[in-house]
Amino acid sequence: MSPAEMEVAPNDGSYLIDGYEVVCGLEVHVELATATKLFSASANRFGDEPNTHIDPVTLGLPGALPVLNRRAVELAMRIGLALNCTVQPSTFHRKNYFYPDMPKAYQISQYDQPLNIDGWLELPGGKRIGIERAHLEEDTGKSTHVGGTGGRIHGSDHSLIDFNRAGVPLVEIVGRPDIASPDEAKQYVTELRQILVAIGASDAKMEEGSMRCDANVSVRKPGSPLGTRCEIKNVNSVRSLGRAIEYEARRQIALVEAGESIRQETRHWDESDGRTHTLRSKEDADDYRYFLEPDLVPLDPGAEWIEAVRAALPLLPRERRVRLSRATGAAADGEAVMVVVERGQDDYVLAVTESGADPARALVHVKEAYAEQGARPSVPVLDLARMITMEVSGTLTSTQAKIVLAELVANGGGDAEAIATAKGFEALDTSALEAIVDDAIAAQPAAWAKYCAGEEKAMGALVGAIMKASKGKADGRIVTALLQSRRG
Amino acid sequence: MVSFPSSAFDIAEAVRSGSVKAAAILEDHLGRIAEREADIHAFNLVTADAARVIAARVDDVVAAGHDPGPLAGVPIALKDNMCTRGVPTTCSSRILEGWKPPYDATVVSRLAELGAVFVGKTNLDEFAMGSSTENSAFGVTLNPRDTSRVAGGSSGGSAAAVAAAFAPVSLGSDTGGSIRQPAALCGVVGVKPTYGTVSRYGLVAFASSLDQIGPFSVDVRDSALILESISGHDPLDSTSIPQGPLDLLSVLDQDVKGMRIGRITDMPEGADPDVLGRLEAAFDALRAAGATIVDVELPTLKYGITAYYLIAPAEASSNLARYDGVRYGRRVDSVDTNSMYMATRAAGFGDEVKRRIMLGTYALSAGYYDAYYGKALKVRRLISDDFARAYGKADVLLTPTSPIPAFNVGEKADDPLAMYLCDVYTIPTNLAGHPAMSVPFGDSRDGLPIGVQVMASTLGERPMFKVAAALERHMVATGGRS
Amino acid sequence: MPDPSRERISADAVAKVARLARLDVSDDEIARMTGQLAVMLEHFADIDSLDLSDVAPMTQPYPLANVLRDDVVMPSLDRDEVLTNAPATEDGRFRVPPIIGLEG
Repeated sequence: MSPAEMEVAPNDGSYLIDGYEVVCGLEVHVELATATKLFSASANRFGDEPNTHIDPVTLGLPGALPVLNRRAVELAMRIGLALNCTVQPSTFHRKNYFYPDMPKAYQISQYDQPLNIDGWLELPGGKRIGIERAHLEEDTGKSTHVGGTGGRIHGSDHSLIDFNRAGVPLVEIVGRPDIASPDEAKQYVTELRQILVAIGASDAKMEEGSMRCDANVSVRKPGSPLGTRCEIKNVNSVRSLGRAIEYEARRQIALVEAGESIRQETRHWDESDGRTHTLRSKEDADDYRYFLEPDLVPLDPGAEWIEAVRAALPLLPRERRVRLSRATGAAADGEAVMVVVERGQDDYVLAVTESGADPARALVHVKEAYAEQGARPSVPVLDLARMITMEVSGTLTSTQAKIVLAELVANGGGDAEAIATAKGFEALDTSALEAIVDDAIAAQPAAWAKYCAGEEKAMGALVGAIMKASKGKADGRIVTALLQSRRG
Repeated sequence: MVSFPSSAFDIAEAVRSGSVKAAAILEDHLGRIAEREADIHAFNLVTADAARVIAARVDDVVAAGHDPGPLAGVPIALKDNMCTRGVPTTCSSRILEGWKPPYDATVVSRLAELGAVFVGKTNLDEFAMGSSTENSAFGVTLNPRDTSRVAGGSSGGSAAAVAAAFAPVSLGSDTGGSIRQPAALCGVVGVKPTYGTVSRYGLVAFASSLDQIGPFSVDVRDSALILESISGHDPLDSTSIPQGPLDLLSVLDQDVKGMRIGRITDMPEGADPDVLGRLEAAFDALRAAGATIVDVELPTLKYGITAYYLIAPAEASSNLARYDGVRYGRRVDSVDTNSMYMATRAAGFGDEVKRRIMLGTYALSAGYYDAYYGKALKVRRLISDDFARAYGKADVLLTPTSPIPAFNVGEKADDPLAMYLCDVYTIPTNLAGHPAMSVPFGDSRDGLPIGVQVMASTLGERPMFKVAAALERHMVATGGRS
Repeated sequence: MPDPSRERISADAVAKVARLARLDVSDDEIARMTGQLAVMLEHFADIDSLDLSDVAPMTQPYPLANVLRDDVVMPSLDRDEVLTNAPATEDGRFRVPPIIGLEG
């Protein structure tokens, strides 16, 4: 489909560069987490000795025939269903082109009948980005360019081919051009990555190439027809994606402003100079001579299989954020909820909450203290719950709570009360604290005067002195309250 | 002088019973190869040493009191487009010269498990593209019945090997008639089974939706035996029909009384009068045996040539793109990869292969797909539908296998279209995916063998073999005189 | 749009097809192939007389669907055996001349 025929989601006008809208659609390739390749039984494994996961099909040997991997189909269906697609009967085509890392000189891919169509991905803020299709295809081998500079093709002396990656199952997720800013693109890829990991479809590591992202970018004045788009390749991180889109949009705007036309072409993102460079013009694109792959038969998963896959899908990140937000009162697209769900620690927070601990404190502590912990934190649920209860009841100040929690994390759990006692954290009674507060006011009359005159900053010196005098046992919130009540 | 059993069926029985040594059977055949192969050129490679090792192993198994299998000690020749591990597999092309596959085709491993002894790889038209074996990069195969004439093609070597008794049975592949036509020209039995009954895994692809492997033999029973041995589901071929091996030997003795034999009233014209005469004799013989002859119409049959010569080259242009000088086979070196491709493929492929790659690439290319490849696929459907109607009236159909008997070497070499027209009777069954076989049914006035083609509907191998056996019985009973 | 099947194939078209198919062919060969292809395509125009408007294309002879394989690893081919068959290798990989000029 040409971009001009495409429906584009309404642009809310919140992101403009020099009065131009950015129109961006992403094509994301993900390697599926199968044990074997898409059409043959050698291992799908990254990082081994070259050409050690090869078989007649992988190498395109004469006489070899492809047989479709059931697991790859299932993972592709999971992706489609998680992206709200319709899963439909589908077929495989041959895309014919010559390249040394493409062993048969054709790639088996899905063409006019892809497995998944017409879905969407919802960004954390609620905007939906359309998904045109998510189809199965096979990966290529890997070329290494020898000689010349920097491992690039141009100027190289020769190239070496490793076919371990050839035939690895890919799902290509073709997004609609609904993305209106570099930030939305970053959100889209981040969200997609989380979904793929959550459903076990892929490890989705951009740095290792198990998730690869191409961006189609064009610009236009609001209300004008779509501009000519360029495709940006070689974007290897979420951060580069944002940079590449912004650079490309600015490049195109400069051309338009200078009265020049934009050539439809494929451009290469260069991380080192922060620019995109022409890779090839679309006008001399190959004639791929697509035709139905005669060595394969149609794939029609049928309602029963589709529903079984749907039923087995875990909660998706978006659903988990809503759940955590409801349980803790924190915003679903707020940092704490986003971070905790991304780390997969939301089930843990909910368990702590269900043990009777304060949900908001549970969320904050896990977010702050569990950065190094995985989806299954080492501190037992009840140990954290007990610590939070002590904090909320005033037995521990928030400062003390952090110290105790650090100890719990370091030890993989423990008795919060015992730790507090060992550290000498005993709660001050209120009369003792009031005496310390009064002493601090008396000792620093200048600071007190400023504070009373409305200079809130001056409170810092007072609080510091109080904390010091109480040896850290005073609860900061109570100290603040006492100072405020004395000011009147 | 010791007399050995000559059919595969009898050889296996004798070897299993211990009355004859597999080694002796093998030497008998190797002796004939030594005598006549230089005049025939049926083989690209004779694997005598490897065969001796296998034959000795078979004899050891028998000596130890075990059963080596239903093909014990049967010498078999393989068309040189079937992968044999460690043994060169060339497709009679320069581009694969020297290539030793690291794996066996499914048919090869099945036959090996049943005790067969492979004697060599037979010559073919390069990548199975041709009807005379003249397109081989390694020279033409000559017809054992008349060495001034071609053996047919593309499986000319496998047909000639059986006709010359270099092996009692052989395997060929049939994309548009490549088993049946050389069988007819050499005077042997040749069978193309239903698409999907024999695994294509390890068969070097010409046109994937048309290719099928099948046997050559002197008599119908041996073809049934071999087809029973190689048929049945293979999980390595996605187009393999999920069913067990065909059951064929059991139908050979059944009579054809009451069977409906179809005569195509609008059959494409141009067949030699001798060929048409033998076809009439076949109808007469079956009528005499109690079958009923029924008229059927197949109005789209004549478009088969066009559909085939667009579909097969289109698939071939893609299947043969892998010969790029990177991973195996021949390379002509050059300054960059693209020019290496161009030079390698120009030097590695012969004229006919290039012609079909060009035709197929054109038929698939942007702007021409709908007019050529797309249309051909629709014509394929029409032909298949016509067959379905015909098989509502008839159990099998009879046609000539080839419009003409074996022609002289060089006679058609400069006119590719004339060569293509030789396939007019065999092509339609490939398009429909049906089984068909050629049975020797007498000679022309010049003494050249003539074959009759028995065709049946999908998985109609049993009625097809029943009729073929009846035709063969007639020939034996009459001494081939009527 | 004129039906391209009724236009006689040109030498330019044949040259373009040869490039697509990665066949290095001389001008003489192009001329010869153009003649041969034109004769064939003329013969193949016989199907233009058929009404194919309501006919579904037939791509495979036997209707099968959902032929699937379990996701179980089988041993790799032996690298040395495979590389022995290759025209050029280096460090366990297949060696090719510089990869340029592949578009179009």
